Amino acid sequence: MFWKKKKDSKDVAKSRLKLVLTQDRLNCSPDMLEAMKTDILQVIAKYMDFDEKAMDIQISQSQSAEDGKPVLVANIPVLSLRKMK
Amino acid sequence: MAQPGKSGSHGGKGQVIVITSGKGGVGKTTTSANLGVGLAVKGKKVVLIDADIGLRNLDVVMGLENRIVYDLVDVIEGHCRLKQALIRDKRYPDLFLLPAAQTRDKDAVSPEQMKKLTASMQEEFDYILVDCPAGIEQGFKNAISGADKAFVVTTPEVSAVRDADRIIGLLEAAEVRDIKLILNRVRIDMVKKGDMMNLEDVTEILAIDVLGVVPDDEAIVVATNRGEPAVTNQSSRAGASFRNITDRIVDPDVPMLELEQEGGFWSKFKKKIGLGA
Repeated sequence: MFWKKKKDSKDVAKSRLKLVLTQDRLNCSPDMLEAMKTDILQVIAKYMDFDEKAMDIQISQSQSAEDGKPVLVANIPVLSLRKMK
Repeated sequence: MAQPGKSGSHGGKGQVIVITSGKGGVGKTTTSANLGVGLAVKGKKVVLIDADIGLRNLDVVMGLENRIVYDLVDVIEGHCRLKQALIRDKRYPDLFLLPAAQTRDKDAVSPEQMKKLTASMQEEFDYILVDCPAGIEQGFKNAISGADKAFVVTTPEVSAVRDADRIIGLLEAAEVRDIKLILNRVRIDMVKKGDMMNLEDVTEILAIDVLGVVPDDEAIVVATNRGEPAVTNQSSRAGASFRNITDRIVDPDVPMLELEQEGGFWSKFKKKIGLGA
């Protein structure tokens, strides 16, 4: 509610749990996630330069869908596009 | 020694129910003891099996620690007959305990042996309640191996709910299909302040059927101190919840007792089940 400074701690607990369970249920190993990241970035590097330090790829939870299905979220800051030949 | 006597009041086979949680310390053993006593009070013939080999506790919670002669591993290894190891609770003649071995480890038993043991009790008993150890290793696998049903106990904390989710996944993988939730140690005062997840919050995350919700209650500590499960204590709120849960085990149409705080008192049974969407 608007007069509350902070979110109720139980709502923080709920959203943290939902995210961690999305990851637990998917049971994606860190090795697999790393390998996938490497492959994705290789493909993207063909088309653009990006900020490797600021980029973030992770499995998260769908914000739109009620069921909270897992989604792969990639946030890759673009520096410049490569010139296509 | 104990005489289990003639067969139970059921027509067919008794139900094997495992009480499990993943995380330790959420109230599995307390729940097992209370449901065992509660069902026995209702005239059901019940055996409680302590499957926590090496960390035996159900006996002390039940107040039966001085009556142990043989244990679960003795039965499985053929050192004694089942009837010799079963301790009859003198307060509730239809209630028996099969204690865990204290000086052995979980590998002393295999899932096949547990399955055979629980199956051998189905003729005699209406309910075979298996108190599962914490964790997801051998002891857990043993405890669930013969189960028709599972009651997953959790508290409204992130760690306990996370572990409950994992346990539900493992139970499903082991083809235990009838899984129900018991939410334990709810503090209404904290729920009201928004500082504790309530039943609705937890079921939104876990998405399983709810058997019951039990408030945090000092009477549980007192009952455990005395070795007299709180389910028979008419003035205990947790006792009332455990009585409601036993009613719901026997008859799933019994409505769930909701936790409420109306001027500090408990309201009686409510028609609707407080479960939102």
